[in-house]
Order: sequence, then structure tokens, then C-alpha cells
Amino acid sequence: MPYPASMEDSKRKVEETRSRRIEKGPPERIPAEERTALVPKFHPDFIKEQFRELRIGPNKGGRAPLEIADLLEGNSRIDPDRIDLDKIDHDVDVLVVGCGGAGGAASLLAEENGASVLISSKLRLGDANTIGAQAGTQGCDRPNDSPLLHYLDIMGGGHYVNVPELAEALAKDSPDVIKWLEELGVNWDKEPDNSYHELSGGGASRRRMHSCRDYTGLEEMRVIRDEIRQRNWHGRKIDWLEFEPAIELLMDDKGQVAGAILMNLETRQMSIVRAKAVVIATGGMGRTHIQGFPTTNHYGATADGLVLAYRVSCHLVHMDTMQYHPTGAAFPPQILGFLVTEKVRTLGAEIVNCDGEQFVHPLEARDTEASAEIRECKERGKGVSTPTGEVGLWLDSPMVDIKRGAGTIQRELPAMVRQFGRFDIDIIKEPMLVYPTLHYQNGGIVINADAATPIPGLFAAGECEGGVHGRNRLIGNSTLDLFVFGRRAGRAAAKWVKEVKLGKLTLDHVRKWQREIKEAGLEEMPVSPMLLPNYARQERYVPGFQPLGQVSPYTPFGDRAVRWI
Amino acid sequence: MAQETRVAEEGKVEEKVKMLDIYIMGKRYKVPDAGLTIQAALEYCGYNLIRGCGCREGFCGACATIYNFTYDPTIKYGLACQTVVEQNMVITQIPFFPAAESLYNVGDLQPKEGVNKLAELYPDILTCFGCNNCTKTCPQNLEVMEFVSDAIRGDYEKVYEKSFDCLLCGLCAARCPQGLQPYNIALAGRRLRGAYLAPKSQHNLDRVKEIEEGNFDADMEKLKKMSADELRELYAKREIEPAL
Repeated sequence: MPYPASMEDSKRKVEETRSRRIEKGPPERIPAEERTALVPKFHPDFIKEQFRELRIGPNKGGRAPLEIADLLEGNSRIDPDRIDLDKIDHDVDVLVVGCGGAGGAASLLAEENGASVLISSKLRLGDANTIGAQAGTQGCDRPNDSPLLHYLDIMGGGHYVNVPELAEALAKDSPDVIKWLEELGVNWDKEPDNSYHELSGGGASRRRMHSCRDYTGLEEMRVIRDEIRQRNWHGRKIDWLEFEPAIELLMDDKGQVAGAILMNLETRQMSIVRAKAVVIATGGMGRTHIQGFPTTNHYGATADGLVLAYRVSCHLVHMDTMQYHPTGAAFPPQILGFLVTEKVRTLGAEIVNCDGEQFVHPLEARDTEASAEIRECKERGKGVSTPTGEVGLWLDSPMVDIKRGAGTIQRELPAMVRQFGRFDIDIIKEPMLVYPTLHYQNGGIVINADAATPIPGLFAAGECEGGVHGRNRLIGNSTLDLFVFGRRAGRAAAKWVKEVKLGKLTLDHVRKWQREIKEAGLEEMPVSPMLLPNYARQERYVPGFQPLGQVSPYTPFGDRAVRWI
Repeated sequence: MAQETRVAEEGKVEEKVKMLDIYIMGKRYKVPDAGLTIQAALEYCGYNLIRGCGCREGFCGACATIYNFTYDPTIKYGLACQTVVEQNMVITQIPFFPAAESLYNVGDLQPKEGVNKLAELYPDILTCFGCNNCTKTCPQNLEVMEFVSDAIRGDYEKVYEKSFDCLLCGLCAARCPQGLQPYNIALAGRRLRGAYLAPKSQHNLDRVKEIEEGNFDADMEKLKKMSADELRELYAKREIEPAL
């Protein structure tokens, strides 16, 4: 019996109300007016005291979450006066910082277009958020669909503040991304008539989510990573460095980006990369644990790319909006915050409260769905409490098999069955307990449709860039974003390196940054980029001990045995 | 949960947590018996992880771990982020294992009648003598030896089906007495299957062509110029296709 007795009563109500819920059907979708009232009242993006104005840099005066603001205003990890820029360790055309789906795609396209490529990866090649993406990738390729409908969904989901050119690129490239991945050897789910098996998703008006069981991101990433390795077939033009993230960008005396300084995490040696173009593909920020939320993100999701870009005066957009995935695991505590894919709901699972009542349509856009859940728990008191003090709502997964026939869950959601099975919860027979979890950075570095930033030679792709999704990203559009803008960045970077002549390398931008920090009286800010979170428990203060990662001052360690999962 | 709770006189809940002995690479530590995963236990003991940690959700295979117990020498396998520590557990991680992948160009993987591409790439697979160690190591509980046999027979479809949930953690290769790399063999098999044997989806190819030909460009320009209010109106009116 995996669920404790205190939760059993409520679980029984979920079971008892199933037939009634089937009869009744899902609640109406929330009308636009109600949605505009609901989200500001309950969504974490609207808790004013959790944000502050930035005091320096290109977004000065703009708002950011406290945790992100600290990093953006952080001190450099280097002393520019003690770095000899005449000693170059790696001289390449394109440096790609980060190697998830976006960095991988950028590397492949840059290589195909004639550039030599070096990848700087903080963890192993490909150990990124991409690999944990489960639900699927949108592609508007069914006959009743079109890039126009996809565009409308993207804009509506994003509250109409998306950059139109970027939303257009996302929609128009999507069928080709699906095709490209298949040509590389990705095994998409198919229907008996050979068409793609496509499901609907929250906020999407058509079924356009392509999947590989519920290991979509894993399948995409392992193929991309393998392809990067295999490109050595025709001579080594893609090289990579693992556990060696970028800690500062290099510029030249003409104001162009000219490479980066990397740090080997194991030896803490620094190396200098001269590159004619740099693609930032560092992903998201979940491990900063904004507002103390658990996260679905991987261990290295610490917003490093935002910091690198900000220091060379790139603007960031929509930094005051993060996505909280409506269904993070709230029980058992070993997988707190763990991503329960939206696919569970697209297949027919319902979100119900402690009394077994369905209070929201299961396929609202994510900010709406998450806000409705928070309202149900905080305002209406209809959440289910766990022994460790979490609160959650039931995600009634057995409904999937009831609606679609026995065996559907096992076939479509093997990862979910396995992950909960490890903790003796059988999601085929029992519901899961869920609550919103920190999932995605909606905004980020400003780019154009070529994934180029306004700084010459600097490109950004994937979760670290902003404007594509406005203030809220839809399911299946993030893995799409990776490949759309990763490919565009790779192509554009390769083109750029053919034209550019680098001048003399300089770290003057870092000197200038440190001066600004001093003038603003911010010398006490932590160093950034953060690189890794610090989850290591340290019982006593050790003089001189400098842990690699950082602890957020806003979510203190306290007495908890485990900081974060 | 092994946390004992008792209500003290003044009504406060006091927690008394039992401690477990675990051994990290032979060194003994004490950690609370509160359902910690191996990964959380390492961090509880003060390790600031660099290697051996990735998605922390059981998807990336970075935290492949081997363990046994002081009283039971049988080697066991798991992902550190998904395996809960137990009393007297002896733990070591395999964050990297040398396994040279065969090189190929996916464009040259086109299957041919009578040629087993996987045996061509990995001729050593023929030396598998069926000890089944690979299957025993798999933290995903896949039938590893079976898909190696399928690879020997050149049955790409079966390789795909049986190996699909593979995380490429590398534990199978670490334990293979013949030095085979089941995870890389299966990866090549799946890529071959995805690129060449999976049926083509014509509706996708048609749409790609329509977009290339600019069929949607004029309407897209109109949409891009619309104000938020105009878009909002269209959005509200759009027809939503029912879920499958």
C-alpha cells in the first residue's frame, strides 16, 4: 500500500466518482474573461514581492524573479587582468555553449554548412532537459491543420506578446523538423495507415503532437548526440568538451563576440576558446528554484546563458514569467517535482480534488491549468495533504484505460508506469498526486528569426532565448523550439563566420561590468554564472572552502535532509 | 516511511529519525532512514556532485550505480536518482565506462537484403554466448540479451521494440564479459529502423512541400500584422478538434 492511510479516504472518493465523471464529461473550458482574472490572482508570476527591479545592465529597471536577478547582477568568475588572451587553447569557427537539443541541432547545421564546431557542455554531452521531455513535439502536418492555425495557438497561448516573426518560424519550420529528425533516425509513433500518431495538447486547436512513446525527448536527444559523434566519419569537425562550461564570453575590439572562457569543473582549469561565432544554448533555470518551487529541470539548469549574454549587453525579454508545469509529482517525496507528462491528460486522465470532483478542464493552457490548481488548494481548501507537508491534487490516470481500453497506459506511458512503479504506485490502477512545479523559462535572450542576437556573432537557441512563446509556452512547442532555432542558429552562424574578420580579443566588457557593479554598490552579489546548484549538506562552516555550486538565499537549506530532488 | 512521529505533551509533533549505515566507495556514512535516494544520500553526506548526475528523474542514465550489501555480495544495479538507500548498502557509481562506438554515416545505413548492418558495424556481437549478464544489469528492466540476439539475426524491428526504453547508461557494456556494447548496437539499430524501415508519412512530406512553395505566406503576413485584439477574436472563434 504505497499511499498512507491519511490519503486513502480521498483516493477512494476518486475511484467512486469515476462513472459519474464519465457521464458528466469534463467541465467547460474557462472563458477568456475568467482566465484573465484567474491567472493574475493565483499564478506565481504575479506574486509581487518575489520579483525585483534590475539595478544594472541592459534590462535595468525591468523586473526579474529574485533568484534570477541575483545571478544577472552577479560578479564575474574571472579576473580579466590575470588572463592572458594571447594563449589560445581552441581556435574554431563556431563555439556552441550547451548541448541539449538546441545546441546539438546548431552544431550539426553549422558543421553541415562548412564550419568547424566546438561544443562546451557542462554535464555529459546531451544530459539536458531535452532528454526528460516526454510528451512530444508539435508539427502542423495533418491535412486539417496549417502553420496558420499553429501560429494562432502559439500567439493565444503566449497572451499575444510573442514576437510575430519568431512564432511564424516556429510554426512554419515544424513539419520539416519532424521530417529532419526522422531522416536522422528518430522513431516517431505511427498509425496503422502510416500517418503520424498525433495527440492534442493543452492550448492546441489541432492534434499535432508527435511522440515517441513517452520518451520523446530521450529518443530525439540520443539520436542527435549520436549524430554529433558520428560526424567524425568525414574528419573531425565537431569536437566537444564535457564538464567544461563557459563562464564568460570573449569580445574583440570591434564589438563582436569572439569566443569564450571555459572552466573544467573537475580540475577548475580555465581554457580560452577563440571562435568567430558563439551559439548560446544553455537551456533553462529550474535549478534556481524560483520561489522555492521544486523543478522538473535537470541538474545543470541554472540560467548560465542569460548571465553570459547579459554581460555582453544583450537584452532579455519576458524575464518576469516562468512556466509552472501543472502536474509535477507531489508524492512520494523521492520524486517531488518530477515531471508527469501532459500526455497523461491528453490521453484522458482528469485532475480532481480531494472529493473526487473535476474542477478544471484537463487541457487548458499551462498557466491557466496551474492557476486553477493553486486556487483549488489555497482558496478552496480542496487539496490533499501528504505526510511530508506537501499539498496536491489527484491526476486520475486509470481513466486513460477506462476511456481508451486496457493496455493504453502501459503502451503509451511506459516511462510514467516505470517511474511510479519504482515507488510501488501502480498508475494503471491508482491516481497520482500532483501540484505545479517549476518547469520552463518562457522568456530569455532577444533574438531575430535567424536566432541572432543584436550583438554581432552571438546567437541563441532553445529555452535560453525569448520572444517565441510570449508569456506562456504550449506543450510540444519547446522540443520544437530547440530544433527550429537550433537549426537556424547553426545555419546563420556558419554563414556569419564566412564573412567576419575577428579583431583583437578583449575582456574589457568584463572590466566595465565590474565597474558598474562597484558603482551600484553590488560587490557583495554572488559570482555567476551559477554553473551548478549546491545540494551538498555542510554541517559546519569550513574556512576557505569554496563549493562549486551555490545555495539560493531565498530557499534556505534548514534542517531538511534532502534539499531538492 | 520509517519516520517515527510521536505527539509530545504540549501537542507539538517531534520527529525522531532512525539512521542508516551506508558505504560510499567503502567509506561509512550515516544517513536518515527517510526514503533518500542514493543521489540524495550522497548529497546528504556532503558530496557536491559533478559527474554521475543529470536529469535527476531517471531519463538520462548519467547516474548508473552498482551496489551490494555488507551481508550480501550479489552485485545489483540501479540509477542513483531512482534507487532508495537501505541499511548496509555499499555503493559505487559508474559515471563513465570506456566503450568505443563504431562509426557510421546514417546515410550509409540503408538496409540491404542478406546483409546484417548491425553485424557489419559490430562484428563482435557474434561472440555473445548468452550469459545474460546484460539483462540482469539493466535499470530499465529491458530484455537486453534478447535484443542483442535480434541484432545478431538482423531483426531491426525487434531491436527497436525491445530496446526502445534504453537510457544508454552503459551498465550492460560494463558487465559484458565479451566487451560488447548492447546499448550502442541497439542505438544503431533504432536509427536504421527510424530512417529507413519506418513507413513514410505522406501528409508530412506534402505539408513540408506546401510550406516551401510559400502556400501559406500571404495569409501568414496578414496574421502577423494583426493586433492583439484581432488575434484574440480569431483565437476565441477557432474550432478545437476533439482529442483522439
